[in-house]
Amino acid sequence: MPYPFGLRRFHFGKGSRQWGGPRKTAVLRRFESYSLHSSPPATRRSYPSIGGSLWLKTFTLSHFFYKLKLGFTSQGGFVSQLPLLPVRAPNLTMQCAQIQINYYYVGLWTGHDFHSQFPSFATCSKELKECSGHVFVDSVPEFCLPETELIDLSTVDVILISNYHCMMALPYITEHTGFTGTVYATEPTVQIGRLLMEELVNFIERVPKAQSASLWKNKDIQRLLPSPLKDAVEVSTWRRCYTMQEVNSALSKIQLVGYSQKIELFGAVQVTPLSSGYALGSSNWIIQSHYEKVSYVSGSSLLTTHPQPMDQASLKNSDVLVLTGLTQIPTANPDGMVGEFCSNLALTVRNGGNVLVPCYPSGVIYDLLECLYQYIDSAGLSNIPFYFISPVANSSLEFSQIFAEWLCHNKQTKVYLPEPPFPHAELIQTNKLKHYPSLHGDFSSDFRQPCVVFTGHPSLRFGDVVHFMELWGKSSLNTVIFTEPDFSYLEALAPYQPLAMKCIYCPIDTRLNFIQVSKLLKEVQPLHVVCPEQYTQPPPAQSHRMDLMIDCQPPAMSYRRAEVLALPFKRRYEKIEIMPELADSLVPMEIKPGISLATVSAVLHTKDNKHVLQPPPRPTQPTGGKKRKRASDDIPDCKVLKPLLSGSIPVEQFVQALEKHGFSDIKVEDTAKGHIVLLQEAETLIQIEEDSTHIICDNDEMLRVRLRDLVLKFLQKF
Amino acid sequence: MPEIRVTPLGAGQDVGRSCILVSIGGKNVMLDCGMHMGFNDDRRFPDFSYITRNGRLTDFLDCVIISHFHLDHCGALPYFSEMVGYDGPIYMTHPTQAICPILLEDYRKIAVDKKGEANFFTSQMIKDCMKKVVAVHLHQTVQVDDELEIKAYYAGHVLGAAMFQIKVGSESVVYTGDYNMTPDRHLGAAWIDKCRPNLLITESTYATTIRDSKRCRERDFLKKVHEAVERGGKVLIPVFALGRAQELCILLETFWERMNLKAPIYFSTGLTEKANHYYKLFITWTNQKIRKTFVQRNMFEFKHIKAFDRAFADNPGPMVIMPGYCVQGTVGHKILSGQRKLEMEGRQVLEVKMQVEYMSFSAHADAKGIMQLVGQAEPESVLLVHGEAKKMEFLKQKIEQEFRVSCYMPANGETVTLPTSPSIPVGISLGLLKREMAQGLLPDAKKPRLLHGTLIMKDSNFRLVSSEQALKELGLAEHQLRFTCRVHLHDPRKEQETAMRVYSHLKSVLKEHCVQHLPDGSVTVESILIQAAAHSEDPGTKVLLVSWTYQDEELGSHLTSLLKKGLPQAAS
Repeated sequence: MPYPFGLRRFHFGKGSRQWGGPRKTAVLRRFESYSLHSSPPATRRSYPSIGGSLWLKTFTLSHFFYKLKLGFTSQGGFVSQLPLLPVRAPNLTMQCAQIQINYYYVGLWTGHDFHSQFPSFATCSKELKECSGHVFVDSVPEFCLPETELIDLSTVDVILISNYHCMMALPYITEHTGFTGTVYATEPTVQIGRLLMEELVNFIERVPKAQSASLWKNKDIQRLLPSPLKDAVEVSTWRRCYTMQEVNSALSKIQLVGYSQKIELFGAVQVTPLSSGYALGSSNWIIQSHYEKVSYVSGSSLLTTHPQPMDQASLKNSDVLVLTGLTQIPTANPDGMVGEFCSNLALTVRNGGNVLVPCYPSGVIYDLLECLYQYIDSAGLSNIPFYFISPVANSSLEFSQIFAEWLCHNKQTKVYLPEPPFPHAELIQTNKLKHYPSLHGDFSSDFRQPCVVFTGHPSLRFGDVVHFMELWGKSSLNTVIFTEPDFSYLEALAPYQPLAMKCIYCPIDTRLNFIQVSKLLKEVQPLHVVCPEQYTQPPPAQSHRMDLMIDCQPPAMSYRRAEVLALPFKRRYEKIEIMPELADSLVPMEIKPGISLATVSAVLHTKDNKHVLQPPPRPTQPTGGKKRKRASDDIPDCKVLKPLLSGSIPVEQFVQALEKHGFSDIKVEDTAKGHIVLLQEAETLIQIEEDSTHIICDNDEMLRVRLRDLVLKFLQKF
Repeated sequence: MPEIRVTPLGAGQDVGRSCILVSIGGKNVMLDCGMHMGFNDDRRFPDFSYITRNGRLTDFLDCVIISHFHLDHCGALPYFSEMVGYDGPIYMTHPTQAICPILLEDYRKIAVDKKGEANFFTSQMIKDCMKKVVAVHLHQTVQVDDELEIKAYYAGHVLGAAMFQIKVGSESVVYTGDYNMTPDRHLGAAWIDKCRPNLLITESTYATTIRDSKRCRERDFLKKVHEAVERGGKVLIPVFALGRAQELCILLETFWERMNLKAPIYFSTGLTEKANHYYKLFITWTNQKIRKTFVQRNMFEFKHIKAFDRAFADNPGPMVIMPGYCVQGTVGHKILSGQRKLEMEGRQVLEVKMQVEYMSFSAHADAKGIMQLVGQAEPESVLLVHGEAKKMEFLKQKIEQEFRVSCYMPANGETVTLPTSPSIPVGISLGLLKREMAQGLLPDAKKPRLLHGTLIMKDSNFRLVSSEQALKELGLAEHQLRFTCRVHLHDPRKEQETAMRVYSHLKSVLKEHCVQHLPDGSVTVESILIQAAAHSEDPGTKVLLVSWTYQDEELGSHLTSLLKKGLPQAAS
């Protein structure tokens, strides 16, 4: 699909020169006068948000049993400590980690990775282009994947998705790594995630494909490039965008779940998504067995925006709380930013300028539209058209209205009336907000200025936003307002410099800030907090801001890339069920006040990691003379465990008992530690001490058993 | 003995005023709170005095669950909560919570405004009642209290209809409400996982019917409508505003589109119109096809179907009208019940000439569907409600035959008691479990291995630990019990040689055990020690001292009897 307007030269080099069919001439002419033909061609590359999901690595059932066997015989089986293995935390925005719990590997994976452009020249001059003193790589856009080197993804059984921003790398994992497990996510996450991916694929596929730049990735060359460029990590693993086919295939592997749904994994671990309050369907996850609980808190918000509020109560009693996905802009107050957004927008429009809002097609845009809905009439903007341009604009607006159950209480109440929960329905009805799949077609004939345009991609590297940057960049009347916090606006703008249009930076990031984190931690009181290292120290640029770090007791355990962390909890117990018939047969005795004991001899059955104790089978041959005798010839099953004994034997009473049972000629001698009872007639000697009894006799089984039973009467069995 | 008790206050061998009391694991749950369409007196509501004659219901019930918004499942709710008095939680799904108050208000209006009933619940009571509602998501596990949890499953039937699993510890009951096992044009099919409840309480409206294919019925319906319209006639389809109305709208809409028909279709204003909005907003509760295509085309936005206006009534030409459901006493109901002559208000007698046809588009599971659900859930027993006694009898037999589970069908006020035997969950120390499992993973059915441990019970905390750990935890010392037996052997050779012979003999006999010959001349079998000594009097006899602890008793006594038989003659 050809891309309209002049941006082809900008983006994708020579390949697109021939572009420009007559079909679009009308549109073209219209914009001709604004185009930036003289600006130096530069190519940018970007690495938009990838990742942000929780990994739960488990063995498949067959593997599990194999591992179980191995585990027990060689290394002693159950994992008593939880190692945490961060497999990537190079910067604050991208972390992934892996936890091993009860044989199950839980990978935590989150974050967005965006690297800036690359100043300076290098030898591979064909790939590097200069623009206003900055150097950019000329290539088809490539994306940085989550770390896959440290995990064999084919052994991962379950992937838990936190929110729709955190699933952008899913097709890479489900389609090309041998992954065969299940992915769990909520319905809004899947539907909106699909929209985000669809938009991305659409943006990329619209433009002709050029070659991927690879020369600069050579380590020897990269090393020579200046800082932002040379610091880019794992450049060799960067990949081109997936196709829609891969997206569909990836999404078909997702199992839909609802908040507070308990999902059993292999009978051993239970996972539960909880509302995290950040976006439609966004979840925190609880991973628990019967005695341990790990919470994974990622991308959560305590602010009241459109999603269902964060479920904090269910996070209580966690042994470990893994905390990640905090706000990218801890110093900005989202409410203030929204106010600033509105006033700057109004100011520009009143002066006859246009406003460009680079954004994702879902999420904060709903809140912005709602604010504007309340604001435009009072600000006298009723006649200003709002355009929302995205291949998925319509779907996004429609989907937002049907997730009543995932919305905050106010919006739910509206649905009960029944009214659409978001006021953008009314904005569309009254023609104040119009949405278009792209610049093609209807938009060019409807387009009026001054106006406000919401469009992507927020990195300014592809999508319809590129055109508007070129169209409006040269006039100081226009304003671009950055609201998405994922990308540095200065870096996003760099290839467009010099720029006359006003740039306003109002990052709206509703995720937890450090004050909210301490409040949350005080509320839920986890035994241990685990977080990326970056959260445990003030940001490098503001090293005096001691308030911009996590403060909790005991201090948070931090992880770095490729580091294995042992979490301080020990697994001691596992749940087992005692069948009622067995329970009935138990004879508890009170040993100490309030403490009773019962010895249990039972058959252990383990199926699907559930353990059940059943009563021992009755002896198959209760009587039977000769047959029984022969059976006793067989080697006995020594695996039948005898109970331990405890207590001590009072000599006098013991002797009395012996006499009562027909033993005569009993002699008792005192020794240093106890007594010796001699049965002279039977040539038998019984040593009795505080903690031991030793019966020494001839090989007379009858006699031995009689004596044994007498001794046992004085002892307790365990 | 723990038990589950079930008492239907309504819908026991009957259809209407569904209300079932369930006691499970010490918790009391009320399932549905419906009214009876067939009665206008006290009998229209369940008899809540059964729960308690004095005192608030809140003290006797842990929660109330409403399966869906039909009045025979929720119609008595405001009466129950506001007039009898209940302040505990009422659980229902989001769509049910949204639509339920509208139907209640409608019901109240008919009862009070049209029939002039006094002492009926008020609009304010409906509002107050709905404030006690807690909405649940599908598959969400709602913790009512520490022990009682409920979970909703999709039931089809109407928008927001749900089946509920009620669980206390390891005991559970599933209540289906009304459900449909075949997807229709706007809803999906009911689904439940293999949750193996102790009891499945299922509706049985169509206990004996196995319906023919839905397609045939639809074709039949469309044909009749089409014929009438072709003749230039008008078609009236009285249908309940929520549910079947939307189903028929979609059916007619697609038919009209396919056949390129032009005759107008109307639905009654008010409720149906509003209902369509609900369907649009709760699209996630509809079937997959509608959910998938709703962005391109919302199936509940109809092109051919419009809201009815009284002014249209006399329009000439063919039309299709879907008025609301014909309540008893209305002209519509009289015509439907076959009356051919009607006395109108002005004593004018009207002859009914129109054709009257009946078509079933009911969204209940038929016998096949009910059996299918029983098969899905795998309950230990089944209880039938919401059906006629005669038909239930038939289904009961069928269920008992096919699934070999007991099946009950209590009448209203009759209690069914099911003894249960819940297993007791305890914590087993990993050390003990590890030790046990290390000895072999797969249990051998013929030769079961015994696990031995000590159960420590402290308050309500039950832990199963190894005996050693139990002793240690309680600060008790172990008492060692040891046996040493003397076995006399006739052997003139030296002690060392005797020991050697014992060793080689045992080694060959006890292949499964670890037999060792120690440097000091003694022989061990596992932890049993055998020493050879010279007899003090007879040099031709050697004494074998076999020593073992109580824990090794079996092997020890086996060894002594083995040695007593003597050693084989050294062949070489």
